[in-house]
Parts: sequence; C-alpha cells; structure tokens
Amino acid sequence: MNFTKTLLATTALTVVAGGAFAQEMANSMTIVSWGGAYQNSQQKAYSEPYVAMHPEVSVTWDESSNEAVAKLRAMNEAGNITWDLVDVVAADAIRLCDEGLAMEYDPEELLAPGDDGSSAADDFGDLIVSDCYIPQIVYSTTFGYRTDMVPEGVEPPSQICDVFDLDKYPGKRALEKRPINNMEWALLCDGVAKDEVYDVLETAAGQDQALAKLDTIKDSVIWWSAGADTPQLLADGEVFMGSTYNGRLYSVIEEQNQPVAMMWDAQVFDLDGWIIPTGLPEDRLARVKDFVKYATDTKRLADQANYISYGPARASSAPLVPEDMKQHMPTDPANAENTFLYNYSFWADYRDDIDAKFQSWLAQ
Amino acid sequence: MSDATAGAAPGHKKASAAKAAEKPGPMVDAEGRPLKESLNRSLRLQKMRALMLIAPLLIFVLLTFIAPIADMLFRSVQNGIVSETLPRTTHRLADWDATTGDLPDEAVYEGLYYDLFIAAERKLHTRLGSRLNYEMTGMSSLFRQSGRSLDDIGDVYFDQFKDLDPNWDEAMPWAELLGDPEWIAEMQAWDEDSGETMPTFELADGISDLLPLTAETYSAFADYVQSEDGDSPLQEEPWVLVHTALYQDLMAKDVSGYNGPQAAMLKAADAAVGGFESVTFKDGMEGVDGDWLDHPTWETIQMYSPEFTNGYFLNAVDMQKTPDGPAMRDDDQRIYGLLFKRTMFMSLMITGSCILLGYPIAWLLSNVRVRTANLLLILVLLPFWTSLLVRTSAWKVMLQQQGVINDVLVWLGLIADDSRLVMINNQFGTIVAMTHILLPFMILPLYSVMQTIPPTYLRAAKSLGATNWTAFWRVYFPQSVPGIGAGSILVFILSIGYYITPEIVGGTTGTFISNRIAYHISSSLNWGLAAALGTILLALVLGLYYAYDKIVGIDNVKLG
Amino acid sequence: MSDVILTDIKKKPLSFTLPVVGAAGAFAGLFVGTAQGSGLLGIVIGGLLLAAIAYLVIEVLNHTQERKAKYGILALFLLAGYLFGGLPGLVVGGLFGWFFSWFVYWVGEGRYRAKLPPYLTSGQVLWHFSFRVLCGAIFVFLITPILVVMPLSFNAENFFTFTPEMLHFDPAGYSLRHYRNFFNSNEWQSALKNSLMIAPAATILSVSFGTLAAIGLSQPHVPFRRAIMAILISPMIVPLIISAAGMYFFYSRIGLQGTYLGVILAHAALGIPFVIITVTATLVGFDRSLTRAAANMGANPVTTFFRVQMPLILPGVISGGLFAFITSFDEVVVVLFVGSANQQTLPWQMFTGLREQISPTILAVATILVGVSICLLTVVEILRRRSERLRGMSPG
Repeated sequence: MNFTKTLLATTALTVVAGGAFAQEMANSMTIVSWGGAYQNSQQKAYSEPYVAMHPEVSVTWDESSNEAVAKLRAMNEAGNITWDLVDVVAADAIRLCDEGLAMEYDPEELLAPGDDGSSAADDFGDLIVSDCYIPQIVYSTTFGYRTDMVPEGVEPPSQICDVFDLDKYPGKRALEKRPINNMEWALLCDGVAKDEVYDVLETAAGQDQALAKLDTIKDSVIWWSAGADTPQLLADGEVFMGSTYNGRLYSVIEEQNQPVAMMWDAQVFDLDGWIIPTGLPEDRLARVKDFVKYATDTKRLADQANYISYGPARASSAPLVPEDMKQHMPTDPANAENTFLYNYSFWADYRDDIDAKFQSWLAQ
Repeated sequence: MSDATAGAAPGHKKASAAKAAEKPGPMVDAEGRPLKESLNRSLRLQKMRALMLIAPLLIFVLLTFIAPIADMLFRSVQNGIVSETLPRTTHRLADWDATTGDLPDEAVYEGLYYDLFIAAERKLHTRLGSRLNYEMTGMSSLFRQSGRSLDDIGDVYFDQFKDLDPNWDEAMPWAELLGDPEWIAEMQAWDEDSGETMPTFELADGISDLLPLTAETYSAFADYVQSEDGDSPLQEEPWVLVHTALYQDLMAKDVSGYNGPQAAMLKAADAAVGGFESVTFKDGMEGVDGDWLDHPTWETIQMYSPEFTNGYFLNAVDMQKTPDGPAMRDDDQRIYGLLFKRTMFMSLMITGSCILLGYPIAWLLSNVRVRTANLLLILVLLPFWTSLLVRTSAWKVMLQQQGVINDVLVWLGLIADDSRLVMINNQFGTIVAMTHILLPFMILPLYSVMQTIPPTYLRAAKSLGATNWTAFWRVYFPQSVPGIGAGSILVFILSIGYYITPEIVGGTTGTFISNRIAYHISSSLNWGLAAALGTILLALVLGLYYAYDKIVGIDNVKLG
Repeated sequence: MSDVILTDIKKKPLSFTLPVVGAAGAFAGLFVGTAQGSGLLGIVIGGLLLAAIAYLVIEVLNHTQERKAKYGILALFLLAGYLFGGLPGLVVGGLFGWFFSWFVYWVGEGRYRAKLPPYLTSGQVLWHFSFRVLCGAIFVFLITPILVVMPLSFNAENFFTFTPEMLHFDPAGYSLRHYRNFFNSNEWQSALKNSLMIAPAATILSVSFGTLAAIGLSQPHVPFRRAIMAILISPMIVPLIISAAGMYFFYSRIGLQGTYLGVILAHAALGIPFVIITVTATLVGFDRSLTRAAANMGANPVTTFFRVQMPLILPGVISGGLFAFITSFDEVVVVLFVGSANQQTLPWQMFTGLREQISPTILAVATILVGVSICLLTVVEILRRRSERLRGMSPG
C-alpha cells in the first residue's frame, strides 16, 4: 500500500515537474453523490458555474454515495483512490474520518469566510460534526401523506404518533427498512420522553419496547430502502403516509402536483456534506480544494436552495434563500417546532446490534 | 488434426497384428517403435493438443473469476486485524485465563497502552473497534474514545520530563539521542523539493540495548512521520508515548555508562525519574475508559486474538463464540437460519411453479410444426432478453394494490375496492416475479429433451389400448424426466442466489439470503460475515451443481 | 402429420352450436355484468344474446354472407361497448366483437376440426383446445410485463402509474418526453455508449476463448474433463452477489476496479458458460470425418478450422455470442461493484434511476431495447434456418 502511495506521489511529482509549472491542478475530477434531483441541484449550483469559470476542467459524477464507505475502504485497501470528492451523510463521514479514509482539514484554510464576514468555522458552527466533514445542507427525514386518503370527518394527521394510530388513520405506511429513526419514533409514541429516548434504547428492554410498538403497525407497513420508493408509493396511492427525505416530498408536492402534504412533527435532522478522501495526489488535491472553496461559499450554498428544499449549512447563506423556498425548508421555524436530533455516537455503537434484532424482527 | 493420428492408429494395429501372427514378438509400428509406445505417444499428443486449446480460457477464468472468489471466501476466516493492531496485547493476553474472573495483569495493560497509542496515531484503532463491535456492542466507541484520551497517561511523564529539561519537548535532541549520526547527516542534507525519497530512519548503535522501549517506540514514530506524513523526524516532536517508554527504561536500566549524544540530558533525567509521579497502566486505562476494567471486554479481545477465526461462520449459523465454546444466539437475534430455510423454500416453490408452467409450453413447442415452434420460442426468449430490472419493475406495477391486476379485478367487480389483494412485498410477489424471470431456463432444457422423444411412442401406446392419461404418464412423462431434472436444478441454482428481484418486490418476508450478503457488503461493512454467508451459500450451490452433473451431465444443458 | 389427413368439415347441428356459443357469451357476460353491478343478469343476457346471434348468422344468414355478418357483429359490439363504457368500452367491445364474429363461425361451421385427425373423440378435441388456451395463458404471463412496460413508457407523468388520463385514452395522458429525455440526456447517452463498448468487447473475448476451449473440450481424450468443465461453467452457477463482491475486492487490489478493462474482463467471465454450452452442443453433432477429409486433402489445421469447422459450428458460436452479449448488456450487480462512474452502463443507469428517482425514461429505454431484442432474435432465427438448410436438415 505504501509502495503504491509512494509510486503515486512520485508519478504525480513527475507529472507536475514535466508540466513545467503549466498546471499544478489536475483537470478532471470525479465527484460522488446520490444521483437524482439532489445531484442535479449540486450540478446546477456548484459544478456548472465552476466549469464555466474553468473550462479546462471536466467533472465526472458518480452516483455511488450509497456505497461510499464500502468502496472507499476497498480503494484504500488497494491503494488506488479514484474519487476526488465524496458526498456523504454525517454518520458515514464520522466513520470515514475515524478510519482515516477521509482527510482532516482546517476550516479557515480550506473554506471561504462567510459573506457577512464571519469566519468559516463560525459560519458552519456546530454542523462541522467531524474534523473531516464539510457540511453542505441540513435535511430531514419526515412524513408525507395523501390528502385525498384522510378519512372523512377526521383532522389530517399532524402528530408523529398519528403514524401509529391505525384506528384513526387506517391505511398503509411506508417506513425505511432500518432501525434508525423508526426505533426513536416508536419510543416517542410509546410514552418515552424525548431526551430519554437514547437512554431507553440502550437497554435490551428498551429495544424490545420499541419493536413492540412497531409491531402494532407492522402489518400495515411497506418498508422502503431507496429514496425514490416513498414518492412512488405515495403517487400510486399505495400508502397513506410514508417517511422520506423532505426534498423528495417537496418534489412530489410542488413539481409533480400530487395530492400530498407534509407532516413536520418529530422530523429528524441530518446533514449532508463533502469529504475529501485521504491519499490524493497533490495535483488532484489542489483541484479539489479549489473546487470546494468555491462550492461551499455563502453564495453557492444559498444557490443550491433554488433547486431543492434543503437548508444551507452556512448561517450566512440563510438570508439569501429565496422567500418562496423558505417555507419548505426543514429549518424554517414553522416547520421546526418539534424536531428530533439524530445521535451519531449512539448509532455508531448500537447499529450492528440493534440492526440484527430489527432484521430478525422484520423477517418473522 | 488430431483425429488423423487417432484414425491412423487402428490401421497400423491391423497391419502389425498380421505381422505378429507370422512372427511372435512385440508389436511395432511403421517406424519400428513398439506399438504400445506409439499409441501412448499419440494419445499424449492428443491430450496435449486438447489442453492447449482449453488452456487460454482456463487460465482466463481462473484469473478473472476463480481467484477473486477464493480471495473473497478467505475473508470469512481471516482475523489478522486484532493481532496486527494490538500485537503486544494479544501476545501477552495469550496466557490469561478468562475463567478465573480476574482481570489481566499490568503487563497486558502496558501492552495495550503502547499498541493502542500507535494504532490511534495510524488511525487503525477505530477499524479494530468496528471489527470487534460485530462481536460486542460498545467496542466501537470504546476504541474511538480511548484513541482520543489516550494522551492523558503519557502527559503525566511528558510534563515531568519537560519541566526537568525543555529539551525533552524538542525534536532535535531526541533525534540525536536515538538516531544514527550518519542518518542525521543524510537527513540534513536531504532537500525536500528534490523529489528524492527521504533517507529511512536508522537507530543509533547500541541504543536499543540501552533504552529498548524508547528505541522501539521512537522507531515507530519516525517511521510514521516519514511514511504517512512525509515530514522529517528532525522537525517533529515525538509522541508522548516515547516519554512514557523513556520513563520505563530509565526506571529499569542503568544508563550511567552511556556517553553518546545528549548523555548529560539523559543522565539528569535518569537521576530524577526516581522521584517522578507515576501511574500504573491499569489505572491509566481505567481513567481513559472504565470499560477497560470490564471482564467481557477482555474475553472478547482474547477470543478474537488468533489470526484465523471461526467466529464469522458461527455468526452465519446464528451462533456465537463464548468462553465456554460456541453457543446459540438469543432468540431475537437469530435470522440466518430462518433466511437459509426461506431461501430454500422459496427456491423450491419457484422451481415447482416453473415446472408447472414450463412443461405445457415445452410440450406445445415440441408438438407443433418447427416453424411455429421457432416463432413461439421467440415469445419465450423475448422476456429472457429484456432487462431484468425492467421486468421486475413491471411486476411491481402489475401486482401492487393500486396495480394493473387489482385494478382489473376491481373493474370487473370480482373484488371490492377496499379489499384489494396483497400480492407484492411478500413471498407471493417474489415467487411470481422470479418464476417469470426463470421460466425460460426451465422451458429451454425441457424443450430440447422433448424434441428427442418420438411422437410415435405415444401413438403406439394409444393404439395398444392405453388411455390418454396412461399413455402420457407411463410412456411420455418418464422420457421427459431428464429435461425436468435439468431445468429444475438450473432454475433452483439460479434462484437461490437471486438478489435484485427479491430486493424490489420481496418486502420483508420475501427476501433471500443474498440480500443479507449484499447488506453486509455495502452497508454494515461486515465483510467477514458476508464472506461466511457466501461460502455457505456457495457450498449449497456447488452441492447441487455436483448433483446436476451426476444426474444430467453438464454437457446436456442446451440453450435455445 | 395432420396435414395429410383431411378431416371432413361439416356444419354442426344447432343443438351443439347454440349452447356452446351461448356458454361463451354467458362467460363474457359475467364480467361485463359484474362490472356493471349484476353478475347474474350479465350471464343471462350474454348467453341469450350470443345464442341469438349464433342462430341468426348460422341459420338465417349462413356462410354465404359471412363477411357481412362478421362486420355486423363487430359493429354491434363496438356500439354496445361505446354506450356502456365510452372510449375504453369501445376498445373492449371491439375486441369482443372481433372474437365472437370469428368464434361463431368457427364453432357453427365445425371449422375447429380442420387440422385435427378425424379419429379424435369430442373429449379429446375439447382437451386439445383447452390445452391450447392454457398455453396461451402462459404465453400471456410471459409477455405481459413487456406489454405493461410499453404503454407506461408513453406516460406523461413522472411515475410508473397508469393515470386516469391514460386509461381514458386521453392524448394529454401520453407523451414522448421520456424518449426525448433518453436521447437528450448526457447520462443516458454515455451509458448507452458504455454499454455498446463493453458488451461487444466482452463478447469477443468470451467467444474467442470460449470457442477455442469448446473445440478442445470436444476432443475425444481430454484429461480432467469434468473438473475443467465445472470451472468453466462456474460463472453461471456462483451467485452473482458473491462473484461481484469477490471481483470487487480482487480487482481493487490489482488496480482493475473502476477501469473499462476490469468491467470487460468480469463480463467476459460471466458470458463464457453460455458460449461453452452452446458451442459444445453444436460440436456434439459435428461430423469429425469432415476435418479428417480436409486434412487428407492437404489443408493445414488453421485452414481446416476456418474453412470447414467454423462455418458449420457458426450458428452455435453466434447464439452463444448473443447470450454472452445479453449477459453483459443486462448485467447490473457486477458492474455496480467493479465499475465506476466512467463505466456506467445502461442497466447501472436504470438501477440508480429506480433507486434514486423513478422516471419512465427507464421504461422508454426498455421499450427500445425490446425492439432491439426482437431484431436480434429474428436474426438468430434466420441464421438457424440457414444453418439447417446448409446441413441438409429439414427446415420444417
């Protein structure tokens, strides 16, 4: 591995030296993201204007963020990193950083200061949850429901616990096929206080309690695993309500004009952002750094909100978000009355264990 | 070609046989060599020629396919990560008897501190943490947290050394004390921008006898700084780990005879260490994280110390390692047994429905005119050649509750609008979709067998007075059994390893073991477990394949 | 066989025709009836109506005015369908009318016996036709998914759903946007380009190695034949997910992961069993004396191979090659692991499309591919007929 690295480094050096100072930055970049509307918004807001400024650069998009950790690990094992910039959720970024697969960076050096004069570190604030993580957006996992399937004479659902109330709101639900989020919601609706959820979930009894609560609706649940599932299920009328990312619901409601409405209660905040893989040759690293500095400045982050309803990670970008988009942001005060914070370190420990239980429960 | 020689040999045989009748003695060929030898030679030549033709492909398949799979399956027993990351700890832990209930002794904690410190600097400790977290919940954060606060132990000694002489916090004095003077000279002459590689660190003569621990840890440090960071050890202050090591060395060894570089600094330190405040490694590790004094933590580490483990395989059959040997997992964590059984059951169902649907079609194909049969064959092959993903999504559109079939049934009034049938996201959906996908694999072998059964047999049976049913069951069916066997095993083998279709239409009860393998490869990253599950699945498939080869012979598969 | 036997076709008595046609009418009436609210009424009306029609056309009009009668029935059903259910009803009514106008004469004039041996009992005739209907149903099962995909690809919306507009044949419910999207989108076009690059390369590799090895394997004395065969067939047998994961780790290590070469090699390995199977199957029927004759006449082995053996086993090679091609062209699991962004193929694009953003563009692509498949299958069929002619077999 070290041998290959040295080899790579020397090759890079020779290339640079051979180029006689003509170009110290590589001219191609492979950026990994999620595909779909989200990647589209990144292309529109970041890479297209960047390429317009630097016509010599060619950007390749790889829609592999789903398998990013696995693939980066294998690339690292092989000592051949083919990706330059990877879009991952916070939990994956923490994992990658811990394993030394993602590069640690200095916010002040790598990132541009905010337009309002604040330093980059202050502008992103707490959202830099790991030394390797360059946050872009805040998204949330929340519920949408078919407005035309609400039973007559009943208020539309507005509380998270309405998901578990089959008497009042009969119909199928779509939930993600993993324990994360579902276990927390189940406990919240089984009388556990919000700040005790993770304490309860640590114990075997608490896990059983959550599964027992989920058991009450198990027969009415369609489990999804891909981001496109819930919008499709809602559009087909296959489910009455379903959890998914708020941006997906936005596109179902606003762009596809489906009879669907949002339910923001107990939405779970999460982050999405960049990591730079470790071990990049210098010329590629230089290019990536240049791109990241550009793509994460106040203006660009605010721009992205034109294309998708996710909140920019910089405080200084918030005022620049278009007015009509603000109401769709998970961070909008009206939507964020009752939010739930995802506990990264809890899930790092309990993921394997609870997942085994959850999958075994599912398969019964 | 080879056949020419093969054909020639019998001719010679006859000729020489005639000769042999005249004169007894060994039979010889035209060139006077013994016939046996000549025959052997030609046979050998023939074998060689055949092998030569096969060799390129064989090598190709071995390299591009068999080697990767062998490599993958090997991961199911590989466990080197524990002993590579914690070499001292696992070595010293080997003698520890877990059953006594006592915690390991101070030496183990010392080893742990050194191992963990170096691993944390190299960012390998969290990888080990996630490896051990598969076996015991909480290991992941134990290793992650420990990596962060490990400096606390070393800082005790570091501060005291620094207070004694600020030079102990400088890079150069350390390098002079431990590094080979020639290396230092080379290092100073080295130009970072020249593009040449840095001269590799070398220890000074005799220093590893004098300060063994210090020398060892400093070498690790220098190696890390040079290879990972690309920095010069002449400019980087060593880790606080080195200070700890120096304290231990000075407490244990006599350095009064030393007169190399920095002798004065070292001797002053030697005189002072006796009065240093110290902590035991056990207490230190407790301060880092209380879980290091937990008995089960150590049991787990000891259990997974060896370089090879059967742990993944036990896990794959719902068992786990315990100090008392393998034991079943808790009921609510068992899943793989169920999944294997379900995979087998569903594959059987799929094979069964393929026989039911494929047999009439194959019969029809072999009993109509060839031209018609070929046209109908296109209908059979068309779905076979349509993207698997598209066919699966089409089934989703067909089967879901608001789907085509339910819509038609409701429109016809056969079912009420509020009691639409549930046909997807369960076993039924998987069986329907996979039957559709695998049906051609049943029809083609059946058809090729049925083509060879003369229709006159059936007519003869009937004209001899057999009823339609008897004629079919006693005369035709037995002859078509090889086709059923060939098709069934092919369909069964293919369905057992399916992954994408169950993922899309299977819901929770209609998924296969392959879905779990994929999950462990791309999401949970438990590659060892994925490999173990894969090995078991592969063993099942190979068993079936062997049966297939015995029953029908692998040459008898025909496609179209 | 049945071609030579002339079965007497004669008009059936009314006591047979009327109940049979009536029963069919009652069966159809059941569905129409339930759809309109009363199944029983539907059965009665359907049965009586069809019996009356049968009487009318067979007895009153008889077969001399067959053409007019058929148009009459068709028009009647079209009208009834339109009155009952508007535009969709018109289509259903048309189908019913077309079927019954044929059915009445088929039964009434006894034409159904035309191609059957005369000695069959009525029970056997009934069984013969029920069996055909059963097979027909299975064929429908086989191609329904494709029939579903085609109309959905013209969906004007962005979901895999039959919208009410589509069901009412409202032109607003249909559009070509997903086809436009396919032709205008860079991702789809580069995916198509990649697929068209990787699949042929993989096919050439597996066909050239595979044919050579198949010839080797069909020699009379091959040591370890079973073991070698097992190894060569294994890519078809080993569950794909295991192959994919293994290749992924191994190819990463030797630097092939994420390269065209890696994907091509992986796909070639997957296609090899198909080539081996089809080519060895053709070689089983190969007459060895031909090569001997060629050798006798002074042809060297290479000439013999290309001039004598190759043309004869060519159909096997081509059909094996087509299987290998389709294997690569439709393969998604392995390419997802072994490939990277630059090697995105059509199935990969479809897979991420299904996962991240469902869009009927996938179905439009599928429809185009079905068209291509039909062309390829026709080519295979034509080749097969040609080769059978060449080998002097009856083309049937």
